[in-house]
Amino acid sequence: MTDPDIPPRALAEAVVTPEALAGLEPVRSVRTPIRLVYDFVPSAAAQAYLRAYAEKRILGHRSPVDGAVFVPPRGVDPRHGTAIDETVDLADTGHVGNFCVTHLPIPGRDDLEVPYVSAWIHLDGADIGFLGLVAGCATEEVRIGMRVRAVWKPDEQLGPTAENVLYWEPSGEPDVPVGRAGNRAWRGRTDG
Amino acid sequence: MAEGAGQRDVAVVSVAVRQEEALTDENEVQLLVDLVNRARNAVGLSQAEIGFTCSGSSDFLAGQAFSFVQTLDAVGAFPPISESHVEMDGAFALYEAWVKLQIGDVDTALVYGYGKPSAGSVRDVLALQLDPYYLAPLWPDAHALAALQARLLLDSGTVTPEALAEVAVRSLHNAVGNPNAVRASAEATPEELLAAEPVADPLRASDLAQVADGGCAVVLAAGERARALCERPAWIRGIDHRIDGHALGTRDLTRAPSAAMAAQEVGASSDRLDIAEIHGPTTSQEWILQRELGIAGGTDVNPSGGALAADTLMASGLIRIAEAAARVGAGTADRALAHATSGPCLQQNLVCVLEGD
Amino acid sequence: MAESELLRADLVVEYPFTRSTGPVVGAFLTGLREGILLGIQRRDGTVLVPPTEYDPVTSEPLTEMVEVGQAGVVETWTWVDPPRPQSPWEVPHALAMIRLDGADTAMLHGVLVDSPTEMTTGMRVRAVWADQRVGHIADLDGFRPEAS
Repeated sequence: MTDPDIPPRALAEAVVTPEALAGLEPVRSVRTPIRLVYDFVPSAAAQAYLRAYAEKRILGHRSPVDGAVFVPPRGVDPRHGTAIDETVDLADTGHVGNFCVTHLPIPGRDDLEVPYVSAWIHLDGADIGFLGLVAGCATEEVRIGMRVRAVWKPDEQLGPTAENVLYWEPSGEPDVPVGRAGNRAWRGRTDG
Repeated sequence: MAEGAGQRDVAVVSVAVRQEEALTDENEVQLLVDLVNRARNAVGLSQAEIGFTCSGSSDFLAGQAFSFVQTLDAVGAFPPISESHVEMDGAFALYEAWVKLQIGDVDTALVYGYGKPSAGSVRDVLALQLDPYYLAPLWPDAHALAALQARLLLDSGTVTPEALAEVAVRSLHNAVGNPNAVRASAEATPEELLAAEPVADPLRASDLAQVADGGCAVVLAAGERARALCERPAWIRGIDHRIDGHALGTRDLTRAPSAAMAAQEVGASSDRLDIAEIHGPTTSQEWILQRELGIAGGTDVNPSGGALAADTLMASGLIRIAEAAARVGAGTADRALAHATSGPCLQQNLVCVLEGD
Repeated sequence: MAESELLRADLVVEYPFTRSTGPVVGAFLTGLREGILLGIQRRDGTVLVPPTEYDPVTSEPLTEMVEVGQAGVVETWTWVDPPRPQSPWEVPHALAMIRLDGADTAMLHGVLVDSPTEMTTGMRVRAVWADQRVGHIADLDGFRPEAS
C-alpha cells in the first residue's frame, strides 16, 4: 500500500500503448453534452405576481418584521428568514437605483440593440429594486435617481411572464437625490 | 473520527422533517422557512444565536446554478452569517458542522438538506454523477445501476427475492406511523409484492425507494449549551464517513466496505443498538448495509420506514439522523445508529452513533 | 390552487461540455475509434477495463496499456425499458457489466437483444461497432450474444 501521506506521483511517465495505435492521431478530447428538462412551477407568490403582472399590476410583499416591501414577492423576508403573506400593489413608477450600459450583444436577445441600459428600478413604495431596461432617452442621460415609468407591451401581448414591461422611460419628474436613491431596506427605513 | 478520542460533546437538540410526494407550487425557500423556523423555535434560538450554518443540496436537482444561495433566504442571512454548503446530502453538511463544533469556536449550528426531485427525473439526474467518459454518456440511471448490484447479490446466493420483499414489507409496515412517509401499508405481504413484475429487472417497484420532495433541518449544540437547550440531547458519540472506489468494475458491488469501516470507526457494535436508521435507496442496498453495519437481531431497523418510504435526494441521510435523534430525544431509544449514503451503488457512507444521557 | 390552474413551464438546462481526456482515457477512446479495446495493467499483471490512470487500491500511476478481447462474459445485467431519453439506445435493451477476455474488471455497456428472456448471467457477448466512430464510448453500439 502506498503511504497515504505521500501524494501520488503525477502521470509523468509516458503511457505505453499497443502497436496498433502507433502513428495514429490520439483522441485528446470528447464531447459529452447533456440536457436536462425540468417542469418548473413558480411558487405561490410568484404565481400571483405573474398573474397580476399580466394585468399591468405589480405586486410586492410587505415584511411583518419592519414593513419593508420586496418586489418581486418571494414569500419571505430574506433578512430574517420570516414568511410573508401580506401582498401590496405597487405603482408602475419609480427611479433608477443603479444602472449599467452594455455595448456587447447577448445571445438569445437579438431584439436588444446595443448599447442598452439595464437598471435596478426602485418602484415607488418598494424597498428594493428589480431589474429592467431603461430606454426612451439617450444612453448618456441615464443617471442614478432619474425618475422613470413603465412602458407596457400592448394589452393583447400581455401574459403571465416577466416580459410585460418593454422598458422604463424617463417621466420628466425631478430626480431623487443620489444619496437617497437605490436600496433602502438594507439600511433601515428612516432615511427613505 | 473514532469514538471518544478527546472529542467535544456535541448533540442533536432539535429536528424538523417534512416530505411529500410533490410540493408542486411550494418552492425550496418556503419549505425551508417552515423547517428552519421549526427547528430553531423548538430550542428558542434565533439565527443570531446560531454559530454556524451548513446545508446540503444539488444544483442538478434544482436546475439552477448556485441554487443554495437562494435558499439562504429562508435562514435570514443578514447581517452576514458564518455559512457553508456541500453538494451532498445534508448528513454530510452535518458532519462539516460537527467538525466546526469540534474546533470549539462555536457552540451551536444549524444544518439542513433539501431536494425537490418532482421537478425533473431524479433517476436520470443521478447518471450525471458518474464517470463522464465511460459511464455518463450511456445514461445508466439509478434504477439500472441498483439493479446490476441487486442481481450480483441474488446470483451470489446470499440473499433471495423473498428476503428483499421482506425488507420492503418492513418499510411499508413501519412507515404507517410516520406522517412524512409517502408509501406505507399495514397489510402488505411479501407474496403480494413478489407477484409484481420487475421494473428494473430484478428489482420491482416495491424494491425502489418512493421518491419524495422535502427537507430536514437540525440544530446541533455542544456540551452544557445542549443540556440547556433541551431536556434530552441526542449525543453524537461518533461520526465518520468513508468512500469506496469510483470505477464500478473495480468494486465488489455486493459489499460496501466503506460502510463497514465507518461503522467500525464509530464503535457501532461496541454496545447494544436500540434502533438503526439506514439510508438504503433500494431493498437490496438496505440489505447490504444492514450486513455491513453489523446490525444485530435486537435492533429495530428503520422504525420510520426508512428511505424506501420517502426518499428525498440530498435530505434522506440527514432525515435518518433526525429520525434517530428524535427517538433518543423522546427516550424511546437510548443508543441509535444513523446512516447516510451517496454516490452510485453505495459508494460513500456516513455512520453516526447517537446516545441519550 | 388547483393543479390544472398552475402556471408552469419547461426549464431546459444544457451543458455543451467538451472534456480533455488525458493520455489514458484518450488512448482507450482512440482504441474505440480504431475498433479495438484497451485495458491498463496493474503491477500484479491484472488488467483494468476500462482503464484508469491510477491503481484503485494502491493509487500508483498506471501506464502499460494492453489490448484485450472483443468478447467477454456478462457478470450482471438489467433490462432498460423504456430506454433513457439521452442514452445512445432508442429501443429497450440490457445494460450489463461485461468482463472482456483478458480483463480482470467488468465494464458497463449495452447488450442488444430483444427481450430480457435472452439475458443470463455468465452468457458470452461480443462487441458490436458503430459504422461512424469518433473516439467516444458510444463508438461501441453495444454487445450481442456470441452465438448469434
